Amino acid sequence: MKTRGIVKTGATLALIAAICTALVAGTWRITRDRIAANRKAQLEQSLAPALADLVYDSGVTESRLVIPPTDELPGAGPVLVYRVFSADKPVAALFIVTARDGFSGPIRILVGADYDGSVTGVRILEHHETPGLGDRIDQSKSDWVYQFDGRSIGDPPADHWSIHEDGGDFDQLTGASITPRAVIKAVRDTLLYYEAHREEIFTLPATVDEDKDEE
Amino acid sequence: MTRGGFVDRLKAGLWKDNPGLVQLLGLCPLLAVTTSLVNGFGLGLATLLVLTVSNGLVSATRRWIRHEIRIPIYVLIIASLVTCVELVFEAWFPALDRSLGIFIPLIVTNCAIVARAEVFASRNPVLPSLADGIGMGAGFAATLMALGAFRELVGQASILSGLDMLTGGERFAGFGLGHGGLLLAILPPGAFFSLGLAVAAKNAIDRRRRTSRSETMRPGFRRPA
Repeated sequence: MKTRGIVKTGATLALIAAICTALVAGTWRITRDRIAANRKAQLEQSLAPALADLVYDSGVTESRLVIPPTDELPGAGPVLVYRVFSADKPVAALFIVTARDGFSGPIRILVGADYDGSVTGVRILEHHETPGLGDRIDQSKSDWVYQFDGRSIGDPPADHWSIHEDGGDFDQLTGASITPRAVIKAVRDTLLYYEAHREEIFTLPATVDEDKDEE
Repeated sequence: MTRGGFVDRLKAGLWKDNPGLVQLLGLCPLLAVTTSLVNGFGLGLATLLVLTVSNGLVSATRRWIRHEIRIPIYVLIIASLVTCVELVFEAWFPALDRSLGIFIPLIVTNCAIVARAEVFASRNPVLPSLADGIGMGAGFAATLMALGAFRELVGQASILSGLDMLTGGERFAGFGLGHGGLLLAILPPGAFFSLGLAVAAKNAIDRRRRTSRSETMRPGFRRPA
């Protein structure tokens, strides 16, 4: 009698679990295509500002290259690179790097540079800096990131890539120096890496997306 | 279920037993996402949907669910509903979904939802349970929106910023009402202050109502000045 009770209870649980799974699976099927399209559009929309007014071929998001963690690049994790071509000639590269020496938490930065190594745009993708102080690195809060436009290693020289307070050529933010330091250093290191590995970056095949949904 | 019963459930959720202001449930999302009115509305809407449907399902299945396994069943139902709501938000309100981030999946852990399943839906028929879900969900959403609007007004001196997350189109910075604002209101301590003020305001209103009622009931009674 007791066993029957357990079996019945277990069966109820299994039945409800099956119904719930079906519900989630159905919703996923209905929303899947929209979500994939949204993500792609969002990615393209977030990459475009770092390319200034360059003319380029479509399919930037398909050119993704994943660089395994290296000491030459900021952050401890892999770095994403989107290669930008115009009529099959390389024109620019977009790096998504993470600075881990900000004031609070990682800062994800999009660094765009043309083929010659001049910055086409820097955008902050994600950060957790103090509102009102460090968060002015965010392009929605102030114009601070636009000072990188057109700069390169050599303009100013690598040892001048720091804030004025440290003898460098870049503006600081009132009340926050750790945050701008972290961002400037990340952009500088990215440009140095780009300069050293340019050929390699544009010739390697795109990294295959491993977690792509399979049918 | 009578119309009066439905109105009673709504009143309980919106005012008398408001999950945010009276039961003080679900404070984690309440405090975390109320940095703007639109954020508050987004999470409020998601919670309302999950709470209403979960109340309905728990109530509809209450006769077949043995007492011993009710909690895993609630968790299963709530987690599935939250996953569905998250997928729907990501498909149709992608910007809002990004703005609310982890707090949509975290609706699973909002104790207000399990509490309604346990306290109300598992003991009442489907219609009153749905009404309870709508009332409690609306009460939670109203609290989120009130706190969001207050913190946005005080902290940024603007209102309805990020409305584009609901309607699509260009980024909308909100209707400005001046410059600056008191930063503290946007920071986490501001959330606690705002909630404290809201609870105090509700209690003050309730007390005033009680006193005026007792005065009308006993005309001879006068409160000492």
